[in-house]
Amino acid sequence: MKTDVLIIGGGVIGASVAHQLAKYNLDIILVEKANDICMGTSKANSAMIHSGFNIDGGTLKGQLVLKANKVIKQLCQDLNVGLVKPLGSITVGFEEKDLEKMKKTMENGIKNGIQGMKLLNQKELHEMEPHLNPDSKYGLFEPETGIINPFEYTVALAENAVINGVKVLLDTEVLDIMIENKTVKGVKTNKGDIETKVIINAAGLYADKIAAMVENIDFEIKPRKGQYFLYDKKWRDILTYTIYSAPTKVSKGMIVVPTIDGNILAGSNAEAVDDKTDLKTTTQALDQIYTSTISHLFPELPRMGDVITTFTGLRASSTNEDFIIEPAKTVKGFINVAGIQSPGLTSAPAIAEMVEGLVREQNMNLDFSAKVNYQKGRKPPIMLKDLSYQERTALIEENPDYGEIVCRCESISKGEIIDAVHRPIPATNLDAVKRRVRAGMGRCQGGFCGPKVVAILSQELVISPLEVTQKGNKSFVLTAKNKELSLDEGDRNYEKISV
Amino acid sequence: MKKLAYDLVIIGGGPAGLAAALEAKKNGVQKILICERAPYLGGILNQCIHNGFGLQYFKEELTGPEYASRFIEDVENSDIDVKLETMVMEILEDKKVIAVNRKDGMVQIDTKALILAMGCRERTRGAITIPGSRPSGIMTAGTAQSYVNLEGYIPGKEVVILGSGDIGLIMARRLTLEGVNVKGVIELMPYSTGLIRNKVQCLDDFDIPLLLSHSIIEVHGKERLQGVTIAEVDKNLKPIEGTEHYVSCDTLLLSVGLIPENELSNNLGCEMDKVTRGPVVNEKRITNIPWVFACGNVLHVHDLVDNVTQEAEIAGKAAADFINNKMNKEEKDVIITHDNNIGYIVPQHIDALNNTEQMIKFFLRVKNPDENVRLIVKDNFDKTLLNFKKSIVEPGTMVTFNLPREFVTKDTSSIDITISKEQA
Repeated sequence: MKTDVLIIGGGVIGASVAHQLAKYNLDIILVEKANDICMGTSKANSAMIHSGFNIDGGTLKGQLVLKANKVIKQLCQDLNVGLVKPLGSITVGFEEKDLEKMKKTMENGIKNGIQGMKLLNQKELHEMEPHLNPDSKYGLFEPETGIINPFEYTVALAENAVINGVKVLLDTEVLDIMIENKTVKGVKTNKGDIETKVIINAAGLYADKIAAMVENIDFEIKPRKGQYFLYDKKWRDILTYTIYSAPTKVSKGMIVVPTIDGNILAGSNAEAVDDKTDLKTTTQALDQIYTSTISHLFPELPRMGDVITTFTGLRASSTNEDFIIEPAKTVKGFINVAGIQSPGLTSAPAIAEMVEGLVREQNMNLDFSAKVNYQKGRKPPIMLKDLSYQERTALIEENPDYGEIVCRCESISKGEIIDAVHRPIPATNLDAVKRRVRAGMGRCQGGFCGPKVVAILSQELVISPLEVTQKGNKSFVLTAKNKELSLDEGDRNYEKISV
Repeated sequence: MKKLAYDLVIIGGGPAGLAAALEAKKNGVQKILICERAPYLGGILNQCIHNGFGLQYFKEELTGPEYASRFIEDVENSDIDVKLETMVMEILEDKKVIAVNRKDGMVQIDTKALILAMGCRERTRGAITIPGSRPSGIMTAGTAQSYVNLEGYIPGKEVVILGSGDIGLIMARRLTLEGVNVKGVIELMPYSTGLIRNKVQCLDDFDIPLLLSHSIIEVHGKERLQGVTIAEVDKNLKPIEGTEHYVSCDTLLLSVGLIPENELSNNLGCEMDKVTRGPVVNEKRITNIPWVFACGNVLHVHDLVDNVTQEAEIAGKAAADFINNKMNKEEKDVIITHDNNIGYIVPQHIDALNNTEQMIKFFLRVKNPDENVRLIVKDNFDKTLLNFKKSIVEPGTMVTFNLPREFVTKDTSSIDITISKEQA
């Protein structure tokens, strides 16, 4: 296989770069080692669009987030991606020293060009958020913060890229990079070699590993683990804005934030870990997040019960803490996009634009003429929840699958799930379906719809239910057909638990 | 949008919905519609292929599908309308139900009364926040039951079950019969939370260990589940350090409780009981909304389907009385109070005085197991209305009793129910 530009990594950065470069007459391939795109840092984060009020405007990430903030609304409109912006945020403080910090943060925000920030006294604070802990005293309001669904956003960027000719290869892991005469030649993957003129390293947590295939590097990706609680939609009305806790000794400022789908998300702590696959939640961290932040800010939120799920995300933070967006120092045609931690989701469009500039500077004889049939948008998936009853009826008449509700918690129809399996980036496992259409995302967590979605995947992908996975690879849902195990004695272990 | 009109709409075609529909029909309701999400009537009974149903109601032992079929046949032989694969999306305050299915599209159904019979769902891993990774192979016992008994697939080869709820116990036996190694059942509490007969028949008879006062403190595995760490818990239910024990398994089934499925009722504005997580009802199973009734597991989680049927008949009869304007207008609110070891009581209050029914049927659950206790019912004048002995009470089994209506007089304002140790 041969291409002009090869993007390593199907997270929000890889997808944004693909989306950006797809405007030109370039051959582009995006490779992703997982079974779906948006499987790393992009899928487990605070799902916020940052305004940049609390970020140092002098850093690269500061510059990019401020820039991206100006274009993201239009981008989401073009791609039919849900975005709530502005929503606004309130940083909440309990002590006088918090107020001092807030004043400094406000100065920083003003310096970054954020308008409309305001310090709140206790009365104003509790008028704006009546469910806050009555002991909270100080607030800093900032109007520009927004919220987004990171899966929808990443998938939309990648789908637009595919519509404009980008090839996305899933389950494809880069094993080595081929270099000739100090110039990129191609990559070796588990699915074969791909020749390319330019490589974009958007490998997230593994960006250091990929970069080190090319030259000696002076950075390392040190994952910072963060754990989250996701609350049932019935708690949606407990807050209006994104709530930051004032930084304390134990936490560097956590959030309680509404999600675009109407849940409440709360977290996350920050714990440096060595294992890039460590997505475990721990009781200790969850207890600490709950006590120090969640119940401290909103005493009504429970520790268990209405918690739909808890999960872990790994921030792809680099050892120097800023974004690293630069060409390799000794090899031509290789660009690192590394260390993209928060606010990476927000910064993605500005990062992609910057990467385009760097690709052009490589002078690799690429055709940067505009694609004639370029499509700015994408046909959005049909989402029944956005339609009026009349529109739904018309749709069901056309295709009765839209009248068959499969996921009862989120009211998702069979038609929407079948669509997800056949989109430009197909959803081929339970979690991929869940990220596309929310089937299984609700309070029963797929208890009722799981077997039905397995049946739909089996039918649409023409595979046995035994081959259907939770999230690709060997994450099978089922093991055998009835009677198969009782007939086959096998070499199973029949030991019982003994303590 | 298509529009229909009925006298009575019942949401849910499981045991509660079926019995309520038949009882309403028997009491003279003309146009009845059952809306059922599944492609068949009978609800969860269809996947409960084990026996043990009907001992109380039919005085014989039936499987789940057999129990259901007795009601389904009666419904089919009546002029009760049924819409299958039909999901109710919304209940409107002006007595309208919005539903959707393949054939009608979105449909608006006007009704005079409504019976909520949506059943319950299982508590998930998230709800109890078991820490660890998120591999495949973790599911609720009911989901596993659906895979095995409805789809014909086995979820795994080596199974650990968390929670001694009835579905977990039933699945321990079911999977053992399928050649699966069920390594044990882990229960947080110091007692089994399911029915005693299920512990005996599903675990003891198959040498499956039940580890009481234990919990799963971590799950392991990145793709498919590889094992769990279990630990003993102290009396505050906190894991005891040093008792951790790794158990390899490819499947973890959760049987950690059921939650009435009340999203529609909540959105409609039904007043909820924080303990049952179902609507607050009076003795006729009327919610705070006069035209809305509730019965079965949507009201509170039952132990036996026989009790569901009986409760549904109360609601079905009451809905008929309401529709036929036979409901007593003179209302009086009698509050039911209870003592510490009683978790909940349904009904939560008594309304009407001049009713035809002789008996008021109560369902309650205790919080902790106890032996040789007396159940005492007193009114606000400290007069003992009922006093009877129970040799065993335990949380897995509901306590039911009837209070003669004549004991509730026009001066009764509250009734207190206690379960306490018998005085020597």
